Amino acid sequence: MLDLTPKELKEREALIINPAKTCQPIGAMYAALGIHRCLPHSHGSQGCCSYHRMHLTRHFRDPVMASTSSFTEGSSVFGGKSNLKTAAKNIFAIYNPDVIAVHTTCLSETIGDDINAIIADIEIPEGKRMIHANTPSYQGSHITGFSNMVKGIVNYLAESASDHPEVKTDNINIIPGFVNPADMREIKRITSLLGIPYIMFPDTSGVVDSPNTGKYEMYPRGGAKVDDIAKTGDSKATVALGKFASEQGAFELEKKCGVKPYVLKTPIGIRATDDYIMKLLKLTQKEVPYELEEERGQLVDIMTDTHMHFHGKEVAIFGDPDIVTAMTEFCLSLGMRPKYILTGTPGEAFSREINELMMDVAVNYQVKAAGDLFTLHQWIKNDPVDLIIGNTYGKYISKAEDIPLVRLGFPILDRSVHSYMPVAGYKGAMRLIEMISNAILDREDRDAEDCDFELVM
Amino acid sequence: MNDKDFSKEKIDNVIDKLLYSYPAKVSKNRKEHMLVRDCSQDKQQIKANTRTVPGIITNRGCCYAGCKGVVLGPLRDMVHIVHGPIGCSYYAWGTRRHKGKPKEGEQNYLPYSFSTDMQEKDIVFGGEKKLKQAIKEAVEIFNPKNIAICSTCPVGLIGDDINSVAAEAEKEYGITIFATSCEGYKGVSQSGGHHIANNALMKHVIGSNNDFVAPKYSINILGEYNIGGDEWEISRILSKIGYNIIARMTGNGTTEELRNAHKADLNLVQCHRSINYIAEMIEKKYGTPWLKVNFIGIEATVRTLRDMAKFFDDPEILSRTEEVIKEELEDIREDVEYYRGQCAGKTAFLFVGGSRAHHYQGLYKEIGIETVLAGYEFAHRDDYEGRHVIPDIQIDADNRNIEDLDVQKDPQNYRIVIPPQRREKLEQEIPLNNYAGMINEMKDGSVVIDDLNHYETEELIRILKPDVFGSGIKDKYIAQKMGIFSKQMHSYDYGGPYAGFKGAVNFARDIAMGIHTPTWSYLVPPWKKEPSLEGEVSYIPESVEQ
Repeated sequence: MLDLTPKELKEREALIINPAKTCQPIGAMYAALGIHRCLPHSHGSQGCCSYHRMHLTRHFRDPVMASTSSFTEGSSVFGGKSNLKTAAKNIFAIYNPDVIAVHTTCLSETIGDDINAIIADIEIPEGKRMIHANTPSYQGSHITGFSNMVKGIVNYLAESASDHPEVKTDNINIIPGFVNPADMREIKRITSLLGIPYIMFPDTSGVVDSPNTGKYEMYPRGGAKVDDIAKTGDSKATVALGKFASEQGAFELEKKCGVKPYVLKTPIGIRATDDYIMKLLKLTQKEVPYELEEERGQLVDIMTDTHMHFHGKEVAIFGDPDIVTAMTEFCLSLGMRPKYILTGTPGEAFSREINELMMDVAVNYQVKAAGDLFTLHQWIKNDPVDLIIGNTYGKYISKAEDIPLVRLGFPILDRSVHSYMPVAGYKGAMRLIEMISNAILDREDRDAEDCDFELVM
Repeated sequence: MNDKDFSKEKIDNVIDKLLYSYPAKVSKNRKEHMLVRDCSQDKQQIKANTRTVPGIITNRGCCYAGCKGVVLGPLRDMVHIVHGPIGCSYYAWGTRRHKGKPKEGEQNYLPYSFSTDMQEKDIVFGGEKKLKQAIKEAVEIFNPKNIAICSTCPVGLIGDDINSVAAEAEKEYGITIFATSCEGYKGVSQSGGHHIANNALMKHVIGSNNDFVAPKYSINILGEYNIGGDEWEISRILSKIGYNIIARMTGNGTTEELRNAHKADLNLVQCHRSINYIAEMIEKKYGTPWLKVNFIGIEATVRTLRDMAKFFDDPEILSRTEEVIKEELEDIREDVEYYRGQCAGKTAFLFVGGSRAHHYQGLYKEIGIETVLAGYEFAHRDDYEGRHVIPDIQIDADNRNIEDLDVQKDPQNYRIVIPPQRREKLEQEIPLNNYAGMINEMKDGSVVIDDLNHYETEELIRILKPDVFGSGIKDKYIAQKMGIFSKQMHSYDYGGPYAGFKGAVNFARDIAMGIHTPTWSYLVPPWKKEPSLEGEVSYIPESVEQ
């Protein structure tokens, strides 16, 4: 496996090998799915829409609906205006969504289609909405695309109903970031346990984890409702979870409606979950109910009881920046030693955040933004780790180097159920410990001599 | 009307209703892409390979997907540098299951993805420099023998001259390097990309080794991509009979073996749509005839083996063919009968690329399943109606942009493999240099729909209620949410092989499993089936009594 990867590292300026990111539009498509009765629309060639739908469908094992402007060579020369106009007309007539969320592609961006102007020129049926985000594939990554669509949602749909911007409701806006629906559900559950009214957007729970009832619904029950998103402009505060995926949307809402933004880590692991709860408590003066305190206590119990399984283990963590940052922090909480920390998404903020986390830890580590899995593999070849944590693409390195892989993040294409089970919150942290311990202990069992093979571990 | 009433009247009615619910222009467009098979008519025409109406939720992909994803990607000894922003290379990395097993000492690039990851400044100032540098880095790190460059949408717009970059690099490094301009917007689907890739392989690879001497009974397998190991099963059977496979295009294939492809005696064409260009060009340039084969289904495989034997007309091959057929059939008979018992009387929809919607109909039938609706995602009229319609196909603006490579007879390497007289005779008996299309083999009253879209899928499944919906990943879970088993016909739901004799059993087993899995029985919760109110009242409060 990956037999051609040499140990020797060479500086590369132009060639990305085995990417750890993909392009903006898929993130925008995923964010748009988090609006109730919304059809994401890809303004570009058919292939983009097809690839994104394929990939999201494989991760979630649920229908992912989206339409395309179906560019041809002609549209590429003359611009995609007429394609988008035709598309909008047909989409409202045939698929009847409440919202069409247009995202651009490298093609329409290179042509320079002005989506604002095109949408302004479209006759949108009464009660329907059309929103958009610019998501050129040649900037950022799928996480940037998610962030841009969240910004687009704010731009088009958030409102301040009151004439007095200082008058606010008790609602807290939550931007969950590019996480699974199970994590969104878990974040909502924690918030509800605290008795805090909230508006989460985007919210893909109930959309890409919809139940099988024998009846297909093109627009399932889930998703943030347009009316609720409209109210976000009057909320008390916005909590943006994950700097890379969520902060821009929160800042935009502050600019537009004066809602104060708070940017936190994605609540994966005990500290990030603590931080989330503490922030909510400070914002609302609510108290933590016993149920949540019990969960936290259970988590601490598990962490302490099983620390010998993972303490001191060296780990490589890769994937999307917000998730990798939070996971690195959690690994540190467990006494593990994060050795390689890599994301494909560009951005100095990533290394800064990681360096801050690692400041007090006596561990030699390497961190890289805009990296690829070829680099990660070469690092590991030169000095291996005990465990890899990352998405499905890590399985090639895992096999090549015979190192266990714990699957976390997006995409997971070769295992199921992950999108239904949280990694966020205290419950999610318990699940992560179970996954990590199982991976490490399964490996120990596999490698043990018969005389060292233990029944009790 | 009963659910399973597939009378022509009912079907016509269903189609009319479907079209009626569309906006006028869409309705007019879609009407020409549908037909109900009427065996009493000599000729039934369908529209295909034309633009999808914007906004319609289509399953189609793009030119790049056809070029890199389908045809070039499986070549395992080649560095495939995708020149463009990151997504296109990323999505074609490990997602199509074209398996390959490297031989000793061979380089295997299948688990790798290469991209120039173009950034905004490359779009503004041009990406040629970055591409050159990427080639240099690939050469320095991997020392490959072959590099292909595939361009994506913005590259065509900004005008990077990728062909010059490739030609210069080829000279500099002394290895094969070529470029394909397969920008996603070209053509109307993946199909244009197949053609572009065919042209590139013909120009740069096929026929580049003239020192090769082919053994007896030498063949190439074209349009077989080794999804789930199909090519391995096909090769197993062919080798057992005594054929020598020179080149595989392109599943489990290598660029190096393609260099010798012109020395084989016969080209087998499995997927007509994606590779017929190469078959035709090889024939024109080197004289090698091609045979339309079908290794999906037991009967089809047997027929193909007999057609091949007829072509070679050699007593050893003829007798060995029959021996192998007998042996293989005996081997699988019991299993197939068992699964047929589980599937008999069921119906299927089949919506796949440009061949499988046809190829699998026979296999379904062999396990007792009738295909009541079939369609191609990106086929042309000849795939539906047969190659005789090719001269009548209208060339439109979208098709005109895909180069039709004009090859000439190669005076040194052109061979007459079979004498013209025998060839003419054979053409009457076997599908030599011909494909009769899908529609011919379909039953009266069955539906044919080109570029089937989401709305049509949903409506037709609801009305016609097939037992199996054979399609791709994007619409799989739509059918399953309706309680109907959906089989991915592109990726085989990560199973396979489904080709050849052993593959037929795998397929039968997987279909039977999908239809009969006990999991379907839990769709309706018990509280929706049984009343929870018990009949007996054990306590009546006093207040009620009074």
